[in-house]
Amino acid sequence: MRNKFSEELVKIANKNKSVHIVVADISPAGSMEKFQKKFKNRFINVGVSEQAMIGIAAGLSLQKKIVFAYTIANFSLYRPFEMIRNDLCYQKLPVTIVGMGSGTIYANLGGTHLTQEDVSVARSIPNMQILIPCDPDELSECIKYCAKNKKGPIYLKIGKSGEKNFTRNSEKWAFGKIRKIKSGYKTAIISCGPIIRYAFGAINNSSKDSVSIYSAHTLKPFDYNGLKKIFNKYKTIIVLEDHSYIGGLGSIIKESAYELKFKGKIHHLALKDDFLKEYSSQENLLKKHGITEKKIRKLIYK
Amino acid sequence: MISKLKKAKKRCINYRKRLLEISQKVQALHVGGSFSSVEAMDVVYNVLKKKNDKVILSKGHCGIIQYIILEDHKIISKKLLNSYCQPNGKLGVHPEVFTRGIEASTGSLGHGLAIAAGMAIANRKNKIFVVLSDGELMEGSVWETVLIISSLNLNNIIIVIDNNDLQSATRATNTHPSLYPIKEKFINFGWDSEYCDGHNSFDIYKKISKKKKNKPFALISKTIKGYPISFMKDVPMWHYRSPNKTEYKQSLKELEKYEK
Repeated sequence: MRNKFSEELVKIANKNKSVHIVVADISPAGSMEKFQKKFKNRFINVGVSEQAMIGIAAGLSLQKKIVFAYTIANFSLYRPFEMIRNDLCYQKLPVTIVGMGSGTIYANLGGTHLTQEDVSVARSIPNMQILIPCDPDELSECIKYCAKNKKGPIYLKIGKSGEKNFTRNSEKWAFGKIRKIKSGYKTAIISCGPIIRYAFGAINNSSKDSVSIYSAHTLKPFDYNGLKKIFNKYKTIIVLEDHSYIGGLGSIIKESAYELKFKGKIHHLALKDDFLKEYSSQENLLKKHGITEKKIRKLIYK
Repeated sequence: MISKLKKAKKRCINYRKRLLEISQKVQALHVGGSFSSVEAMDVVYNVLKKKNDKVILSKGHCGIIQYIILEDHKIISKKLLNSYCQPNGKLGVHPEVFTRGIEASTGSLGHGLAIAAGMAIANRKNKIFVVLSDGELMEGSVWETVLIISSLNLNNIIIVIDNNDLQSATRATNTHPSLYPIKEKFINFGWDSEYCDGHNSFDIYKKISKKKKNKPFALISKTIKGYPISFMKDVPMWHYRSPNKTEYKQSLKELEKYEK
């Protein structure tokens, strides 16, 4: 996803001279190299200074520039939290904060590098919008929106590398709308972010016609109308997210179920409220939190 | 320029009088830190600032003095300023970007300088003035940005540090003696830096005018909190307190005397 991000941003920056990116110690040899080489004056590497990254992004935005602030998710959202709240959200500046390698992706780096509560934190700040694309193609759509956005800040939660595309033949992406990725008649899996691959992995020949998969890529503002339609159509809903069970997609859906008088069952696969340690792989860490394809498969047949 | 400077004393007294007037209608406001920064704010706004230059008050708790100057410049109305901290009023203690003439919302210390750096990148032809408090230099975010500003050659940034040595209750000399000397710290971070008498408008102007063109500049403005009111000067209590009626009258008298 980080390569897709950089490719897409170069395209946009080619057309629009106002596009700037502020990064905190991202290796120029990595995915951002092309942008840096092409638009030297619009690439600002502040080094290991995340508070300054957000403050500078705010200053550029106050001068009407289109600004992206980009680094690994924990550094982009947690370290400069007050700058995000005061400089961006309070002043309602349309800066996109990109959290790369979000959720449990950096499992082998340990808990300091995970963002298992980022959505919960970002969601509660007024004026913040949140986008969580599930694959590189969806990310392209999100970036286009971010570059045009004038409403206020966006937290763009993305993956890292090697993500497959799932949405090529799906309905069109639209900001703020839950998107059906795959149709089925019985059970709906609602997810966001690259963990959607678990939903696809869980489907086999016998369940492929019965399961729908939705990408709730816009967490804020949330598509309550779209959710209502899903509630009316399915009796079983499985929510799948790479985030704490507190304050993320599952929270939104369960809160809405009460409001919208949903009578069916909701199964919620999310991270436990705990700093579990598993350094071998993201898959093994998610397993410790109880998230596996096998478990989703079982829930489909319940 | 000189004529503007000659009138600085009169302006600064009027600004202080206006602040005292407002203080009688609100429960508390930051008199001490506002009074210590009046001359610097005056020189920046009334002598140095050109049309497209920007001013950011990073020590946002003294926003009242910025509002008073904006009122003097007819950028905000008297009516608006009179609504300061009043029911349904549009002005609070800290400057808000939604108010005409205010470039950035501040209030939490350690934010203004990075915002200024972003503006300076986007706007290299104009000067960005930032007024900071000395206590603000205890914020790590300030030093992140100090390092970046000189590294990126943002030489259009001029900061004034209101060095009254007092935070809300404590004295930096006592709690953070290593904050001093300040000038050398900036020079070692690649800036040009100088001290000045922060209550002498000519000195403030002179030091900023002589700044090196190829470096960002930090002016350490030696000031006295609550200046020039005898019972407020250097007294921590006046960080956040409104004078009562007797104190108000006494202050006005002292300002009259100070003018002569």
